[in-house]
Amino acid sequence: MKEIIDLSFWQLLAAYIFVLILILIVKVKRIPREREILLATVRMTFQLILAGYILVYLFENTHPILTLFSICIMQVFAIYNVYKRSNTRINFQMKKIIALSMTLGIFFSLFYFIFIVINVSPWYEPRYFIPIAGMIIGNSMTGITLGVNNLITGMKSHREEVEGALMLGATPKAASKKVTNQAFDAAMIPTINSMVGMGIVFLPGLMTGQILSGTSPVVAIEYQIAVILGIVGSVSLSVILFLHLGYKQFFNERSQLINEHE
Amino acid sequence: MYTLTNIKINELMKIDNLTIPEQSVTCILGPSGSGKSTLMKLLNNMITPDEGQVTYKKQPISDLDPIHLRRKSVMVPQTPVIFDGTIKENLAIGSKFSEEEPPSIEQLTGILEEFQLNKKLNDNASNLSGGEKQRLAIARALLMNPEVLMLDEPTSALDEETAEVVVHKILEYVENKGLSLIFVTHNKELAAQVADHTIDLMKYSLKKEMTTHERNH
Repeated sequence: MKEIIDLSFWQLLAAYIFVLILILIVKVKRIPREREILLATVRMTFQLILAGYILVYLFENTHPILTLFSICIMQVFAIYNVYKRSNTRINFQMKKIIALSMTLGIFFSLFYFIFIVINVSPWYEPRYFIPIAGMIIGNSMTGITLGVNNLITGMKSHREEVEGALMLGATPKAASKKVTNQAFDAAMIPTINSMVGMGIVFLPGLMTGQILSGTSPVVAIEYQIAVILGIVGSVSLSVILFLHLGYKQFFNERSQLINEHE
Repeated sequence: MYTLTNIKINELMKIDNLTIPEQSVTCILGPSGSGKSTLMKLLNNMITPDEGQVTYKKQPISDLDPIHLRRKSVMVPQTPVIFDGTIKENLAIGSKFSEEEPPSIEQLTGILEEFQLNKKLNDNASNLSGGEKQRLAIARALLMNPEVLMLDEPTSALDEETAEVVVHKILEYVENKGLSLIFVTHNKELAAQVADHTIDLMKYSLKKEMTTHERNH
């Protein structure tokens, strides 16, 4: 197997020049986005350099507490990101439900894959644990953000229908079923689309990384399949938990629709 | 059947004492904005008053299961809600919500005919006109075999002739099945014709007081 090409300083610089050319084109075309592209490039560079150093430290100082601590930090950032990316105001109770469902869904899937599917030894090995957690957490974050937005906007736009169902003796669960089903679909679509296109339209990141580092494509595919199944499991589990607890926030104990969701 | 005592809904209405008798036709009159729909929503516990108590068959509503109450005391709002699916699915949705046996095909086709809905059971319900949707919603409520039928402006989307047929049909059901009918209308003539009791909401509306107050200043 050939050794991986280590990118030299000049090679990386060439990649940055590529972005500079892009910024130039954007400027000439008068698309006012050069600032955003520049900022994102600088931010990405610093974040990845920092992540690189942290990963080197974690790989050299393997310890369960350090691995778990890193996962918790990633999880907290993901939850915060869901709050930030939601296009409506979320009240405190809803925030608690988002945090709880994400934590349970993600941790259950992650530990199931680490302990049972991949059977990593020692279980806290950061070389496996952290990248897999990153993929599972990142995808769940996208899914749950879509689920949250669709539940909140759906309950608002289908308010009359939900109220009409309550008047016909529906339970709050039955009355909001259409909205929760639509929110679940919306949350799952990106994951399902990426599964459908995988291997034909694009090669997924984990697999590409492993192939680039010299792993046999067959092994890389095995890992990719395992991780994708973990992602699907985690996204659906988190979203199901969220919707199961989340719709109740729109009703009071007398099964009445709460006026404004604030 | 229903009694309302010392009810207050902030800035909208204040009812010291009001009784709605059983197995009778009660008509709620009042201009728009006087809280006619709000009063109905108090009766099926879609809302809870800020103060006071509502009882149904001598039991405080707050002690009853609100979902079971709404299956017995069915309200049809002025703009009826039509759910995705066919006319058949819409007619049977009440039984689906209460997890009971769905009505038979004969019952469904029979009620369509009675309410002059010249449609097939498998037609898409969203294609119906406003008036047809209103009739479908009333038929759907009747298929739930309620004790109380509450209709909010049941003939607002119907022409005079159809309105007469529909009102007649509703009254026939009410009489044959011993139901109580509570309906909101702004049509005083209709109220005088069919109601055993009328409730003039202007007596309870706080908005009226506000306008008098505003006029005086």
